[in-house]
Amino acid sequence: MSEMRKVVIDPLIDNNPVTLQMLGICSALAVTTSLLPALLMCIALTSVAALSSAAISLIRHRIPNNIRIIVHMTIIASLVILTDQLLRAYAFETSKQLSVFVGLIITNCIVLGRAEAFAMKNPVSLSFLDGLGNGLGYSLILITVAALRELFGAGTLLGYSILPLTQDGGWYPANGMMLLPPSAFFIIGLLIWAIRTWRKQQVEHAEYQIHEVHRTDVY
Amino acid sequence: MSDKTAFDRDSISNTLTMAVGLSLICSVVVASAAIVLKPMQLKNQEEFRQRIILEVAGLMEPGGDIATLFETIQPATIDVASGESFEIYLERNGDAVEQIILPISGPGLWSTMRGYLAVAPDGNTIKGIRFFEHAETPGLGDQIDKADWRNLWVGKQLYGDGNTPRIEVVRGFALRDATNANLKYQIDGLSGATLTGNGVSKLVRHWVGPEGFGPYLETFR
Repeated sequence: MSEMRKVVIDPLIDNNPVTLQMLGICSALAVTTSLLPALLMCIALTSVAALSSAAISLIRHRIPNNIRIIVHMTIIASLVILTDQLLRAYAFETSKQLSVFVGLIITNCIVLGRAEAFAMKNPVSLSFLDGLGNGLGYSLILITVAALRELFGAGTLLGYSILPLTQDGGWYPANGMMLLPPSAFFIIGLLIWAIRTWRKQQVEHAEYQIHEVHRTDVY
Repeated sequence: MSDKTAFDRDSISNTLTMAVGLSLICSVVVASAAIVLKPMQLKNQEEFRQRIILEVAGLMEPGGDIATLFETIQPATIDVASGESFEIYLERNGDAVEQIILPISGPGLWSTMRGYLAVAPDGNTIKGIRFFEHAETPGLGDQIDKADWRNLWVGKQLYGDGNTPRIEVVRGFALRDATNANLKYQIDGLSGATLTGNGVSKLVRHWVGPEGFGPYLETFR
């Protein structure tokens, strides 16, 4: 039981796929300009990660080694197409905003990474929870970034006005940079800094040290 | 690797079985999802298009039923100079035309922008503009579809004395005083989105010009 808890809780902070493993960054930049598309993206990715891990784990003893990545991709791609079709049917307008990024879940390193590293070696229920946990870890970061960007970039959350904008007679001048992709880099960077200040064990050791050489020593 | 099991998952027969079996299962899942959800997706697309047309015509009411509101709008097909035909929409009140809604599209900075332009029955005064598809810079160029900017277009004139389109998106603010005789053709530019604004200028002029719906609008003037 504790192991089940661990595979869900661990990827939230201690082994977060975005801030520790640096995976899934590109979609984190693209879909976080406002909260609603980010939420939808999180649901899409989390369900794909959980279901693909469970499906792959179910047939893990039969998957031939030499075509295993192709098998993973086929299962993940089918689930992504399924998700995309469902979004187009039930959340049409937001799915338009997400455009290609739902389709690109197929190439999201988090999903394939969990399939290859975890689902191939673990039972179905545990793999499902692992996919779920990693999806939630990704979601946690995405939602934080999207909430900050929408709040400070447009003064709203989920479209509801929180900080009244000066252009509508309020006091908050919108920070347009928040709506541009670089701001997501800055926010993710600051999040990583904050998490590593809190959880010191995540700090990576320097792989080399810069050695100061004075010109006079060389010549 | 060391323990010998009866089942060899790397055998050619298992590889083929898995490859064929998985492909079949996945294709059935994907194909059935596509077929089952198709009607709903088409309905969404059609509703979205109708809502955009209602919004550009200023007829959309919050919570209103799109199908009911759309009843006053009739499609018509117009041939342009190049021989291509386009579907336009007319808002009718009995026999009288209240608004002419024209499809417009053209290149912006990053993307092809598609939208609708609503023109009053004098064939000259703009009633509304709306882009429903574009990929202009978020926060800068994407203002083209924000209400603040769209409202600047309402009441502006497309043509001067002749049939040449005069409408333009200027750089900075259009001068708002009596010395500016061109104010009725000028829309304020978007700061940080000059190229998107130029694109909008060009495409509107193209579509209301001689190669676009210009000759058709002339029949109203």
